[in-house]
Amino acid sequence: MRDLTDRALGAASAAGATYADVRIERFERQVVSVKNGRPDGLLDDESQGFGVRVVVGGAWGFASSSRLEAREIERVAHRAVEIARASALVLAEPVDLGESIRSVGAYSTPVQIDPFAVAVDDKLAVLMEADAAMRAVRGIAVSEGSFECQRLRKVFASTEGSYVEQTLVETGAGIEALAVGEDDAQRRSFPNSFGRQHSTAGYEYFQSMKLAENAGRTAEEAVKLLTAKPCPDGVTTVILDSSQAALQVHESCGHPIELDRVFGTEASYAGTSFLTLDKRGTYRYGSDHVTIAADATIPGALGTFGFDDEGVPARRTIIVDRGIFKNYLTSRETAARLGESSNGTMRADGWSRIPLIRMTNINLEPGDWSLEDLIADTDDGVFLQTNRSWSIDDVRLNFQFGTEIGWEIKHGKLGAMLKNATYTGITPRFWGACDAVCKEWTVWGTPNCGKGQPSQAMHVGHGAAAIRVRGVQIGVMR
Amino acid sequence: MDELLGRARFESLADRALDASRADQTEVVVIGVDSALTRFANSGIHQNVAERNVQVRVRAIVGRRAGVATTNDLSDAALARVVERAVEAAKRQPEDPGLPDLPGPLPAEPVPSFSQATADCTPEQRARMVRPICALAVEHGLKASGACSTETTEIGIANSRGVRRHELRSASSLLTVILDDEGSGYAERTARDIDSIDAEALGREAVDKAVRSRGAERFEPGEYPVVLEAYAVGEMLMYLAYMGFGALALQEGTSFLRGRLGQRIVDPRISVSDDGRNPLGLPASFDYEGVPKQRVALIEDGVAAGVVYDTKSAAREGRPSTGHGLPAPSTFGPFPSHLSMAAGDTPPAELAKGIERGLWVTRFNYVNVVKSDRAVLTGLTKDGTFLIERGEVTRPVKNLRFTQGVLEAWSGLRALGAERRLIEGWGGAVLAPAMRLDAFRFTGVSDV
Repeated sequence: MRDLTDRALGAASAAGATYADVRIERFERQVVSVKNGRPDGLLDDESQGFGVRVVVGGAWGFASSSRLEAREIERVAHRAVEIARASALVLAEPVDLGESIRSVGAYSTPVQIDPFAVAVDDKLAVLMEADAAMRAVRGIAVSEGSFECQRLRKVFASTEGSYVEQTLVETGAGIEALAVGEDDAQRRSFPNSFGRQHSTAGYEYFQSMKLAENAGRTAEEAVKLLTAKPCPDGVTTVILDSSQAALQVHESCGHPIELDRVFGTEASYAGTSFLTLDKRGTYRYGSDHVTIAADATIPGALGTFGFDDEGVPARRTIIVDRGIFKNYLTSRETAARLGESSNGTMRADGWSRIPLIRMTNINLEPGDWSLEDLIADTDDGVFLQTNRSWSIDDVRLNFQFGTEIGWEIKHGKLGAMLKNATYTGITPRFWGACDAVCKEWTVWGTPNCGKGQPSQAMHVGHGAAAIRVRGVQIGVMR
Repeated sequence: MDELLGRARFESLADRALDASRADQTEVVVIGVDSALTRFANSGIHQNVAERNVQVRVRAIVGRRAGVATTNDLSDAALARVVERAVEAAKRQPEDPGLPDLPGPLPAEPVPSFSQATADCTPEQRARMVRPICALAVEHGLKASGACSTETTEIGIANSRGVRRHELRSASSLLTVILDDEGSGYAERTARDIDSIDAEALGREAVDKAVRSRGAERFEPGEYPVVLEAYAVGEMLMYLAYMGFGALALQEGTSFLRGRLGQRIVDPRISVSDDGRNPLGLPASFDYEGVPKQRVALIEDGVAAGVVYDTKSAAREGRPSTGHGLPAPSTFGPFPSHLSMAAGDTPPAELAKGIERGLWVTRFNYVNVVKSDRAVLTGLTKDGTFLIERGEVTRPVKNLRFTQGVLEAWSGLRALGAERRLIEGWGGAVLAPAMRLDAFRFTGVSDV
């Protein structure tokens, strides 16, 4: 690869780039799907290509191509320079990347069993067993399950001397049961909604997921939801399970701490942020129970890697410390505007995309409560589980989320099942009313975090445990 | 633009792949993309990208088993390998008695899908389109952000049952959000031909909105009459498509149309169809299975009229595909990506007439499904929300959250705009008019 990266960087520099980097990526993915006891598609996906990013005259340019050939690399490097010169025609501020970065190294996801080496029959057998257990439950109209693994090999090189090789492996799976009644349809998922739960790991992760063991319960809950009570309207105490708490962290903390949003460079699509620069270090984001860290080094988490796509080594950064907002997610360019160094969060979702500031693993640090004790300690409220719907405003203040299932909490015990549960709030008020975080901590993988134009879907992680929040508005759907 | 692949190379590639296949039936789908996007923020270009990629997707059917493999390596060896991988993927699966044959050839008339101007657009041209928008914003003490994009897609489809399709498709888009700490405005143009986009007019529209939205005050949530601009209506249409205009959603029971085909579901002035051949949209003459695109009436005079089909969902009902298949293996099922709502007869200046106290909504932000079988959405207003008093737009209000069933809202239609806008959509574009509704349910306010 070194000859190709040298050629790209040499061509860009010769054409006038004051900075250039190149990423060459090879990507493999396998998706195995079943539905209603039948196979529903087997996809064997491969893609390769490279992208060249340059600064010319203080302006950015980027071009990419799928043709990994020496002449094409030079053509694309020249095209990136040409594009940068066009950017310079309407420039707000020249690019300043701060101090140079020279990273040389390699990283590979620790993998016990190569997921691509395992026979499809084995994957299908697990999915089919879970599917059969779901279909055995009367009232299930659709049962489905899927397995996905992917391997990304990438090389990053820059004119500052960085040369980094990485191999990132992901494995994930999930099942869903859809119950359809006379005038209602209800879905339950395991372990998480919207397809799958993912990890940076090998096939051993799939083996640990216990899909078949949880399939019957998942399907039974879907059927019971058809006749469950609708979530009432009102203001009450809410306990979120760890997966919904993870989604809450993602939307209401992970996005507003992206420093590019704060600087307005995502204004036309993802939005901006209520966490403006004046709030850093002093703003009360949440209660004393709320400590949040960005950590790209957690083994197995979906946002774990060795180096970001600017060559900055992965690291841990405290974001919210006992309720006080402390730090942003940064890139070289945005950090330089604060006179700081990047904390390593720039990632692209493929060879054809530029890196953007993306969440790594944004984790709500665990507390002391057990979930059982927390419910027992709650006189009146609701317990909400597994995300179904999410929406939040463009500065990340006003949110409304829905869950697949809920339960009443009465006198410290779970009561009636609730369907169509929704809750809404304003971010700092919500986290300010959080009075307990549990200790049973799970790292959830979110494989569909959207940002940027052209749109990029990033894989990020969230460690979280169940939380209790007082005075939450629930039940806004009718 | 240099040719991505070209018809002759596509034909040769397809021949080699089909010849190499040991499957009972084989499909080769080639998707080439040459795209560029110039992005601006804080009144300057800060991201500027270009991409070229040609992907080959092979679907192999062995008995009643299907496998799909893809590659973007166009070498002979890689092409032979991707065919073999697809065949192996098929063989590794159990039989699926419900798996239909690949579609056979049907006549498809060409459509005006390609624009040379869009294909030839340079980074300098895109910068020249961005520049007046930024200048207008700066002139008014505002900041411009947005994106100008062009895309040429080359699609070739061949299968062992005799299907051969090849088409070049163009799309271009210019959108902007103009803002300061006090307010924001939005404008968007989507077109096949980038030369038809008037960047200055777009800039003026968004700047006007941003200036008028300064000093917005909090407005109590509740149920109010509304005027929804075409941007907002178009987004609702896209979500309707996602929630239930596809046959699979109807067959599985999650569509809001379940049990309601043939029934009145919205005001009789509303008609919605999907027509890939509509020259006012971003035309395409066939789907990702090579099936010619049919016009499908989804809502006709307020009555639920139909859904779109791909080969698999059509086979379940013993009917032909309507040409709405996505690339295999599509677990989502068929999807309408060329939606349009018929225009009404109300000129823009009269849309607010008759509203004593209500809201004018420019667009929505972060819309998502709350309950798909009831077509309930939530989201927020954005980039220009105004109070309407006695039929006139009077002052800006802060963005509000809505939680609303679309069919319920559209049943209260009071006026339908005479003009329509083409809005960038999922896999295509949506043609939508503005509308005035009796009631729209706002359930929260954004503290912005």
